[in-house]
Amino acid sequence: MCTSIVEIVSADGAGKGGDGWFSLTHSVVSYDHPHHAVLEEAITIDFVNEALDPGTRVAVELTLESAKKLSGALARAIAAAEIEESHRFRPGER
Amino acid sequence: MAYEGMIAETISISGDKNQPISAYVARPLGPGPFPGIVLIHHAPGWDEFYRETTRRFAHHGYLAISHNLYHRAGEGKADDVAAKVRAEGGVPDAQVIGDTEGAVQWLRNNPTHNGKVGVWGTCSGGRQTFLYACHTKSIDCAVELWGGRVVMSKEELNPKQPTSPIEFTKNLSCPLLGLFGNEDRSPTPEQVNQHEAELKKHGKQYEFHRYDGAGHGFFYYDRPAYRIEQALDGWQKVWTFLGKHLAK
Repeated sequence: MCTSIVEIVSADGAGKGGDGWFSLTHSVVSYDHPHHAVLEEAITIDFVNEALDPGTRVAVELTLESAKKLSGALARAIAAAEIEESHRFRPGER
Repeated sequence: MAYEGMIAETISISGDKNQPISAYVARPLGPGPFPGIVLIHHAPGWDEFYRETTRRFAHHGYLAISHNLYHRAGEGKADDVAAKVRAEGGVPDAQVIGDTEGAVQWLRNNPTHNGKVGVWGTCSGGRQTFLYACHTKSIDCAVELWGGRVVMSKEELNPKQPTSPIEFTKNLSCPLLGLFGNEDRSPTPEQVNQHEAELKKHGKQYEFHRYDGAGHGFFYYDRPAYRIEQALDGWQKVWTFLGKHLAK
């Protein structure tokens, strides 16, 4: 990596790659050279399973502006989801 | 018309700790002797650009090898393998040095080799070229192209990259050519100045060329960073430098 901008966090969920769905172990966010997007640098996001082969991943390369919009959308959706979850009735909970 | 031909193929070589790693090699047909060049690939991986550039060196009369620093991450397309390496936090500097020594020794054991070896790398490979040149006495010259993070802050150091390469400058064992874009942010022009000041301080043989109107990766003809005038001049600097230090 030529920049040192890399964030690696654990991920629990599933992603759909070229060969179908797979379980995730990590999300990796970086700002570095993209492979495909016609940009000098991009926010790249990879959803991976560290135990599987390198081709099993979900990848995106975004402009900084697109990444900011995505970040905002994620924050809004998560905030709404947390409100929704706080209202959910679960047997045994008061 | 003079006959031209080359052979290019993937092979397995002995890397760090004698572990097998893959490599792509190219050379002109014929008995040689040919000067040797090791290409250290960039962060986007052991990819098509490095295959093409390895063949380019063969076209110019070199015995060329591009070893796969990401071999241990598994088989796959270069971008997928590079993403896996990124998710693992990169490759350890010590392992890169061992793998590169393996590539140099492969050249030295090749019967078509003329006995001289240069190392050439771009981007993270530029950083690793400088790093390796400070840890070996096996090579005759090194070409560092826009090596990002030769100058590292304390915050950037980690178990895989525990020391900023600039700290090893006093051990640089051979002449160094460096090409940099003045619009680059990794390395910044200020970091290139620090790099040069350290080379001067230790009395090392080097030549640095800085290009206006170019940023990072200005040789990459398939990326928007490509700058044709700067790249043409830069390649001329590379051929002249290698011709001077690797001829026999």
